[in-house]
Amino acid sequence: MLADPAPLHARLRDAGPVVHLTRHDVFALARYDDVHAALVNWQDFRSAAGVGLADFSVEQPWRPPSLLLEADPPRHDAPRRVLSAILGPRALRRLRQEWFTAAEELVDRVLAPELDVVPALAEAFPLRVFPDAVGIGREGRENLLPYGDFVFNAFGPRNEFVTTAAPHAPRWSGWVNEQCGRERLRGDGFGAAIWAAADRGEIMPEQAPLVVRSLLTAGVDTTVHGLAAVLHAVATHPDQWDRLRARPELARVAFDEAVRWASPVQTFFRTATTDVCVAGSPIPAGRKILMFLGAANTDPRRWADPDAFDLGRDPSGHVGFGMGLHQCVGQHVARLEAEALLTALAARVRRFEPLGPGVRHLNNTLRGWTSLPMRLHLTPRR
Amino acid sequence: MSGVVTLEVTARRQRAEGVVSLTLARPDRGRLPDWTPGAHLDLVLPNGATRQYSLCGDRWDAHSYRIAVLREPDGRGGSAYVHDELRAGDRVGVGGPRNHFPLVPAERYLFIAGGIGITPLLPMIHHADVLGADWTLLYGGRSQASMAFTDELAAYGDRVHLVPQDEHGLLDLAPWLAAPRHDARVYCCGPAPLLAAAEAACRHWPPHSLRVERFAPKEHGPVRDEPFEIELARSGRTLTVPRGTSVLDALRAAGTDVLSSCRQGTCGTCETPVLRGVPEHRDSILADHERAAGDCMFPCVSRARTRRLVLDL
Repeated sequence: MLADPAPLHARLRDAGPVVHLTRHDVFALARYDDVHAALVNWQDFRSAAGVGLADFSVEQPWRPPSLLLEADPPRHDAPRRVLSAILGPRALRRLRQEWFTAAEELVDRVLAPELDVVPALAEAFPLRVFPDAVGIGREGRENLLPYGDFVFNAFGPRNEFVTTAAPHAPRWSGWVNEQCGRERLRGDGFGAAIWAAADRGEIMPEQAPLVVRSLLTAGVDTTVHGLAAVLHAVATHPDQWDRLRARPELARVAFDEAVRWASPVQTFFRTATTDVCVAGSPIPAGRKILMFLGAANTDPRRWADPDAFDLGRDPSGHVGFGMGLHQCVGQHVARLEAEALLTALAARVRRFEPLGPGVRHLNNTLRGWTSLPMRLHLTPRR
Repeated sequence: MSGVVTLEVTARRQRAEGVVSLTLARPDRGRLPDWTPGAHLDLVLPNGATRQYSLCGDRWDAHSYRIAVLREPDGRGGSAYVHDELRAGDRVGVGGPRNHFPLVPAERYLFIAGGIGITPLLPMIHHADVLGADWTLLYGGRSQASMAFTDELAAYGDRVHLVPQDEHGLLDLAPWLAAPRHDARVYCCGPAPLLAAAEAACRHWPPHSLRVERFAPKEHGPVRDEPFEIELARSGRTLTVPRGTSVLDALRAAGTDVLSSCRQGTCGTCETPVLRGVPEHRDSILADHERAAGDCMFPCVSRARTRRLVLDL
């Protein structure tokens, strides 16, 4: 199912607006309109009881809950406001040139006739620019990807993905928590900006480390899988890569279309605050609701030819970043990383030719790739 | 749905001498953009004037906004228009909500309201109460009859101190602010002399303890309701944005897609550089100085003050 969720998505969408999944006793939403409506409706669908399968009102969370992802208004307001300003498009303008240059340097360094683009590009680029932008030190960055992967596995059932990794989680988690202190964070980064907001009283000082933790948790794996998705998409749709090369300003659309098409974040849960009714189907108060973002993003009720990766489509409104007040606060960071990398690649790569089907990376929440070996048809360096 | 631009007045109620509240909803009664305590709306009145009013309703109700308007005899006509002309069923243009006066987390709050300055503090008080903070409200006004929302505040009991000037004189802040506290924040909204008094009384408090909202209305040219032209600088094409159509939809109809997401001026995805012309900003994102710069706009909600806008598209 995790390797190819499309058949399940179609079954869920066609079964009705609300589907009771008996094995885990949760209510699933898979149609675009219903998922969108649940995402924006924080009043009826709360996050503070956890956005995974676990219900924090009866189960102890494995780590202190996120002040953003696992919080509702009013507590959610101040951390969200602070982080939105730090990661907003206007604040990112100062990084644009630096990241475009970093992407060109990386591409120049790694390009080869045969390349596994997942480690060489999709992982390497975010790991190159994002931890620097947060302002953490160089030591120990290898903890970032396994920590993020574990967090997203932990939103699902306690299966072998969770139990296999759980013995290592305290080490990853411990390292991540150590990076969140003021003294660890370089002065001009996102992390220091969070502490500066605490100094201005915009959040409590004790909240600052947890807000930094959110950056380090949700800012790396998700982007890696998003970049892998767009590289997979353009490799399997060479006509669309030609389109992007002809008009590099399509890079932003290409990334959002890939986020829609592949939905690197597949699912999130909410909890009903009251008895709610979704398109005529009741969900009792206190019950967990599983929103299939990937199914919504490929719902033929909303998208024409939904399984096509098409740069001529307007992917605006997809729920791959969520929607509403919990919508991915780092979406502009991810878009800028993707725009920088795709622009650099468009100047150098004529065609990505897949060498085999690739190896899926399986995770209870994320959908990504471990390996995508490709033959690269290069253009001469300009 | 592209942007919430026009809302309907669904209820109007006299709240005190010279104060009416308006309840606003979408004509289709759909969900409104989210807001936080301290936020205001830009109300674009049918006579072309733009005024800012704090949201003073319940954010858990996603389908209506509430604002309250004081009739200002020497105002510039905005409040008089609301009082004399606006009735239930009328429609008004709206921008935002935006928040320049957010409630920051704290253990304790002292809220200080002067007159109509109670409006942004009402939802803050509700939040402080929900969060179990230790809070006090000092609320001054000319007379009991001029002070709005005292009925709603009565539910909070002795946390609320009403100080009508004709009975008790001016608010005396000094006793309340004598001892600085690191765990407290002071929120003040009201006439300029009250803000000045709060600033003076908080001078010995730690920095950032006092947060004030100044109503400093800015003069804008009248808002245009007529169709306007968009020139796309990169392609040289020009298109017309009809009344009631968002710039985003007009661009799409002309085959120019701009990536967007929330379609209500909150997420920032569709930010578009403006090369010439003056945008009419209706987003929730830009601060006043960024609006004044006029070098970008969010086409999902924002429009034009000039006959033509030149966009870097």
